[in-house]
Amino acid sequence: MISGPTLRLGNGQPIARSDLPRVSVAEFREQVVLSVEHGARLDALFGIPLSDKVLQIVAVLADAESGEFALTSTGVRDNYPAITPDCVQAHWFEREIAEQWAVTPKGHPWHKPIRFHRAYRPGRDAWGRDALAPIVPGVTDFFRVEGEEIHEVAVGPVHAGVIEPGHFRFQCHGERVLHLEVALGYQHRGIERALVTQPHPRILPYVETLAGDTTIGHTTAYCQAVEALADCTVPARADVIRGLALELERLANHVGDLGALAGDVGYLPTLSFCGRLRGEFLNMSALICGSRFGRSLVRPGGVSFDIEPSRAEELLARLTKVMRDVKGAVNLLWETPSVLARFEDTGFVSQKMAAELGLVGPAARASGLERDARFDFSTGIFRMAQIPVSTWQSGDVFARAWVRWLEIQRSAAFIGEQLRALPDGPLRSAYANLAPERLVVSMVEGWRGEICHVAITDGIGRLAHYKIVDPSFHNWMGLAMAMRNQEISDFPLCNKSFNLSYCGHDL
Amino acid sequence: MLKELLERFRQGYRTMPYPNDTPAMPDRFRGRPRLPDSLCEASCHACEAICPTGAIISREGKPSLDMGRCLFCADCATACPAAALSFTLEHRLSVWDREDLIIGPTMSAKMSAKLSAKMPAKMSATRKKPVDPRLRLIRRSLKLRQVSAGGCNACEADINVLGTLAFDLGRFGIQVVASPRHADGLLVTGPVTENMKHALEKTYQAVPPPRLVIAVGACAVSGGPYRDHSETHNGVSEVLPVDLWIPGCPPHPLTILDGLLKLTRGRNYTPS
Repeated sequence: MISGPTLRLGNGQPIARSDLPRVSVAEFREQVVLSVEHGARLDALFGIPLSDKVLQIVAVLADAESGEFALTSTGVRDNYPAITPDCVQAHWFEREIAEQWAVTPKGHPWHKPIRFHRAYRPGRDAWGRDALAPIVPGVTDFFRVEGEEIHEVAVGPVHAGVIEPGHFRFQCHGERVLHLEVALGYQHRGIERALVTQPHPRILPYVETLAGDTTIGHTTAYCQAVEALADCTVPARADVIRGLALELERLANHVGDLGALAGDVGYLPTLSFCGRLRGEFLNMSALICGSRFGRSLVRPGGVSFDIEPSRAEELLARLTKVMRDVKGAVNLLWETPSVLARFEDTGFVSQKMAAELGLVGPAARASGLERDARFDFSTGIFRMAQIPVSTWQSGDVFARAWVRWLEIQRSAAFIGEQLRALPDGPLRSAYANLAPERLVVSMVEGWRGEICHVAITDGIGRLAHYKIVDPSFHNWMGLAMAMRNQEISDFPLCNKSFNLSYCGHDL
Repeated sequence: MLKELLERFRQGYRTMPYPNDTPAMPDRFRGRPRLPDSLCEASCHACEAICPTGAIISREGKPSLDMGRCLFCADCATACPAAALSFTLEHRLSVWDREDLIIGPTMSAKMSAKLSAKMPAKMSATRKKPVDPRLRLIRRSLKLRQVSAGGCNACEADINVLGTLAFDLGRFGIQVVASPRHADGLLVTGPVTENMKHALEKTYQAVPPPRLVIAVGACAVSGGPYRDHSETHNGVSEVLPVDLWIPGCPPHPLTILDGLLKLTRGRNYTPS
């Protein structure tokens, strides 16, 4: 349910940029706050500079019931009353807008940078920092708990394992974590800005490496957006191959995650088995396109590699064999009391909290929210072949593991069905120029959750603005809340149960 | 306990016999590029024009390709009107010297000069030495600290994979360790973002000398797709001296493993 006169459009449905409503700041605030109160979710909130002085702030709200997005916007100058105090979902977005465009959300409870870079408007800064002094990542006012027995633990950016950099600041009382604050930005490569300023041949490499483990998800979201702007319809066969690749990506990562979760509670059999099995799924992606991460497969207009009958057969044979092994490896988890004892009641996020924070993906579904872009905002093959939404109620590490296991089984069944019934036809449609002065919202359910891209073209059909929201952007706060009142030694386990992207967040 | 043993029995022995026997690469795998055998049309710059990272330079019908910049997308192979450019199944790509990543019939002197000007002085110095004394120290045991400095997590994922039972890095005496203090060197991924530069330098300083630096992936070698961004550097060599270069986007786990074995088994290492 959306209140107010906002524009509504479907996933991948282009509209004229001039159709985007522009209302007063007060009305904009009210529309966003009331819509979210009535069950809509804030998918994206971003700024577009209209002139040196005016910044247009656009809100993309998802209404899962109708499968539509509602869009509204407003114009602000140096500051505006923050939305966050009345709508928690805007929290991270408003910090991002402040950092990128040097506009202050007045009354924001945590008005701090999120990526630690200079504003895109030269000479301006939302925090009035010296233009010559370096901006040091992770140096900010952390939320602190005071008290004689309180101590602070700082971890990162360089961690003990082979993982991306991020800084975590824990406020602890003994072993108990009172609060965790996450400081990111170490992976910031400036992709969003480069997408509209760099030469064209680099666009696909940028999109493919937004989050390297979600290449198919992000590239599909990008292609859906530009195909809509170029009025290009993807052939059925390509739609199916994209869907297969997306589910293979999900399988590889979910299986890897279950293994890693087993490792974090010291249960080595599943850790060892799943480590190898994850690779088997990556190798299946490589069988389709030569790359274990699905590079060069999804291209505007369709896909660049076919699955011939012999290849489909080979994939099916491998899938059957690998799934047998996955089942054996994963079921050990549910049969082992010491594993369950560590998974259950660890890192709890209530359904109310998950809804309030606007969590997405398996993290949201594990807290009982039926939220899946393949179902709510289906595109491509998912309009024809539904994958049931997998949910669980308990909101703990067990739920996040169990939802992954349910999804593994559903995705494998989907891949099996689709491989047996590949439609005939071409792999690519003609793809030419983007229409000028258009706006499109494109959403894909990646393995971490919904991936939202918003593309806007200028007067001659070039990308004038491109907004990327990785699912991790919504979910980092979920991890912080899950850690409250947990033992600090459970952090690796909780962290793995979310398995969020640093580079997808930092862009 | 019994069910774990039964499952272990069912899953079977899965460690590949690499490097004695190399598993077949998938037919669409894009390994070492093969450039045209004969001269191209002098006016044709199709491959050069389409390359997203400027890895190809074509002069007078003689293209050369810098594997350090290459993302292995094979757009050049598709664009080549004579279909003379291709990607082979060869996964062994790592080299000791940055220049060796540039392949082509003849490398133009200009390009080479441009490249060595950017090279840290130390690197060319170590090159001249017959055997690097550090390599003798790590022959039986190599401990590495991994630093992700702006990577997209694909290189990191395929380094992680080496620890699984399929590759079993430990059997070669190579281990990824948690502390730089315990490490013989760094395994760096990513172009080195401005925000990670300081942390990378500090990690390097924390590794007791003599120490090694290995650049893994197009980003770490040359900046990859983020080359010339103001937010990133153009690879690890702008910050630290690099000893081994492993190209690819991301490199296949076997490409990385081959590179690490080169380190521990010395320059004369030739896999069967």
